[in-house]
Amino acid sequence: MGGKVLTVTSGKGGVGKTTTTANLAVALAATGDKVVCLDADIGLRNLDVVMGLENRIVYDLVDIVEGRARLRQAMIKDKRLPELYLIPAAQTRDKAAVSPTDMIKLCNELRNEVDWILVDSPAGIERGFRNAVAPADQVLIVTNPEVSAVRDADRIVGLLEAEEKGPGHLIINRLKPEMVKRGDMLSTEDVLDILAIPLIGVVPEDEGILVSSNRGAPAAMDERSRAGQAFRDVARRLKGEDVPFPSLDDNKSFFQRLAARFTRAS
Amino acid sequence: MGNWLNRLLGRDNQSSAQSAKERLQLVLIHDRTDLSPALVETLKDEIIAVISKHVEIDPGGVEINLSQTQRENRLVANIPLLAAPGGRRRPRK
Ligand SMILES: Nc1ncnc2c1ncn2[C@@H]1O[C@H](COP(=O)(O)OP(=O)(O)O)[C@@H](O)[C@H]1O
Ligand SMILES: [Mg+2]
Repeated sequence: MGGKVLTVTSGKGGVGKTTTTANLAVALAATGDKVVCLDADIGLRNLDVVMGLENRIVYDLVDIVEGRARLRQAMIKDKRLPELYLIPAAQTRDKAAVSPTDMIKLCNELRNEVDWILVDSPAGIERGFRNAVAPADQVLIVTNPEVSAVRDADRIVGLLEAEEKGPGHLIINRLKPEMVKRGDMLSTEDVLDILAIPLIGVVPEDEGILVSSNRGAPAAMDERSRAGQAFRDVARRLKGEDVPFPSLDDNKSFFQRLAARFTRAS
Repeated sequence: MGNWLNRLLGRDNQSSAQSAKERLQLVLIHDRTDLSPALVETLKDEIIAVISKHVEIDPGGVEINLSQTQRENRLVANIPLLAAPGGRRRPRK
């Protein structure tokens, strides 16, 4: 069967789908796997800038679908990793330019080329969402520990069940352990109680995410990044490894880690 | 309003995360079943009307609730019956 298609979706916008897609792609490629990410957010192209590949675009997804470019021509190679590629979205077209059948056909071709095909879904539950989910072997649902994001994630779980795409695996992004401890943020357990789907990642709120997207170098490339570490853990879980979830107390604040370092040094 | 202010005024002793969780659980019961609170009220009125045709009930005591376990939802009706005229309220032990 070849490569596996993973679709990253959420319902609500701005929860971290594009960040997750870029970081998982980097983390999987760093293990030596061959990875292509596909930006399915047609008209709102973003994955290219988050990955730092915006200057190298010649062809896009719609060019492939409409036969103006061959698959290989539209795959931009990320030179920082041995086997990482991006197929960008078209910026000046709309979602109707691509159908779920086109996406299935395209991904089936890609399966012969790579180990992982990561599809970055647009927000919403309309055409763009259906395009992104149609070819998926596995769906990752990104949410934030927040009422409206969890509510929208629940809607996605329902839609995936209706489409027989399984319940999906959950990534809780932007968790702030200090706020959870204070009782001012839904905990991982709270979100799991409500959504009742398997958890595959918990990513802390991390300023480094903004810094890395400023530079166009996903945090998973940085060994020291905490969010990057969380994404690398997700990549290992995707590859079948049993990676424990760090407890809240492991996510020490910067000052606590600094203090710990000094105590160790002295 | 700030949480600390609420706490100071003793307005709630529940954490905001706890409120978030409870509000989510409620709103999702309705999202998942497509039953709005207004529709539940309509159902309640019609159930009272249908059952009252056959037995005497206490309309004020009727409760219709949505309950859920994991991803399964259930409509639970609690309908207090009135004793028949001259009938026994409760069977003797
Ligand atoms: N773990 C995180 N910590 C801090 N900021 C984050 C995190 N994840 C995402 N963000 C920020 O949130 C914003 C939205 O993220 P993005 O991945 O574009 O969301 P989406 O693709 O779902 O619309 C971006 O500015 C991104 O830098
Ligand atoms: Mg996005």
